[in-house]
Amino acid sequence: MRKFLIAGLMMALPLAAAAQQLTVSAAASLSDAFKEIGRRFEATKSGVTVRCNFAASGVLIQQIAQGAPVDVFASADQETMNRGVEQKLIEPDTRRDFAANVVVLVAPAQGGPALKTLADLGRPDVKRIAIGKTETVPVGRYTKQLLEAANLWAPLQPKLVQADSVRQVLDYVARGEVEAGFVYRTDAAIMADKVQVALAPGGHTPVTYPVAVVSESRQKALAKEFAEYLRSPAAQEVLARFGFAKP
Amino acid sequence: MPELPPSFDWFPLLLSLKVAAAATVLALVLGTALGWLFARVRFPGSGVLEAALMLPLVLPPTVIGYGILVALGRRSAAGAWLREHFDYTIIFSWHGAVVASALVALPLVLKSASAAFAGVDRTMEAAARTLRQSPWSVFVRVTLPLAWPGILAGTLLAYARAMGEFGASLMVAGSIPHQTQTLSMAIYDAVQAGQNDAALVLVIVTSVISIVVLVASNRFFSLR
Repeated sequence: MRKFLIAGLMMALPLAAAAQQLTVSAAASLSDAFKEIGRRFEATKSGVTVRCNFAASGVLIQQIAQGAPVDVFASADQETMNRGVEQKLIEPDTRRDFAANVVVLVAPAQGGPALKTLADLGRPDVKRIAIGKTETVPVGRYTKQLLEAANLWAPLQPKLVQADSVRQVLDYVARGEVEAGFVYRTDAAIMADKVQVALAPGGHTPVTYPVAVVSESRQKALAKEFAEYLRSPAAQEVLARFGFAKP
Repeated sequence: MPELPPSFDWFPLLLSLKVAAAATVLALVLGTALGWLFARVRFPGSGVLEAALMLPLVLPPTVIGYGILVALGRRSAAGAWLREHFDYTIIFSWHGAVVASALVALPLVLKSASAAFAGVDRTMEAAARTLRQSPWSVFVRVTLPLAWPGILAGTLLAYARAMGEFGASLMVAGSIPHQTQTLSMAIYDAVQAGQNDAALVLVIVTSVISIVVLVASNRFFSLR
């Protein structure tokens, strides 16, 4: 028994002894850009490893509220970040916008319906439309706004499938399980061979990405450095390459 | 006890009961037939086949979900055929959750049924045959009644498992409120959205139902 305990402790030790580890919770749409930005940040700071946790912004703030050990939070909308401020989960003075995006309507590249306007979503050949969950997924909230602006939210209700994150919406469209979906322009670009962008409807509040240091972080200085790094030319170059605009 | 919001939605519970019942019926029929087969007939590859059917018990639900998407999705041969001839898609319908739940529940019936059939005293069957009973009659009047408690116990276990199915169903059926959102999905959504009271009520409901079913299952297992 004692041998097992010692072996167990020895296996746990390297983790505890490892150099600084920065945990970044970022919106799902940032997945690809942040993996690269994380690597670049690591290269500039020896002994620092960046651990990224990707999910819908609403899910991430909920994890932080329940005490997840997170240092930096990057959201795909201002509303989720506002919730973080209200619940005193983040440091308001560290909050900065670092990227912008656009919501687009996509359809499967092969055999998808030809969509010219938002009203085309009402056609009978459009059976299912994937959107983000309006409670937790920012792109779902933007979608609701733009469909409401077009007076289509209520009539399209029976066709809507609410997905866990923008990447799940993208996956449903790419697999052809739905005829249409609302994602960010940057997501559509990642699967350009499987999905086609029909239009960028507008009619929603601007998509801007805020970042902030988490209140419970035990390494606020490093966290702040990462948050600032996102606005550096090096990070902005990566974001631009993945199609993000400047805030 | 958390306070119930005035507009508390019981649809997910009813859907879960319905999905689990349909999945259990499927698992019962298939599991009993296959359990008898594996207990009584050995054929080349029967061991591998039995192991393959047990896979859903140990594989991550995401694998089951992915498998169903690939096998029955719109781009699959079966999915395309169903869509073309019947304008029917299993994805994003509650039937998808039934298929997923039946797959994960099947091993529980199969294993219990197989063990139950193996435990049936063959001399009883032989005695029935000397009384000029047909093979089918022997099965229905002798084998099945003797194996029944074990099969039923496995079936109840399967029902409890089907009630708890989450990952594969979510991938296949989606979590569409009032269409495919089962109890486990409603809990997931409530927790994600920070609605802890709603989540807790659903957790208590599902726990109570599962305990009742498991107690019943234990009774039947001890009957053997």
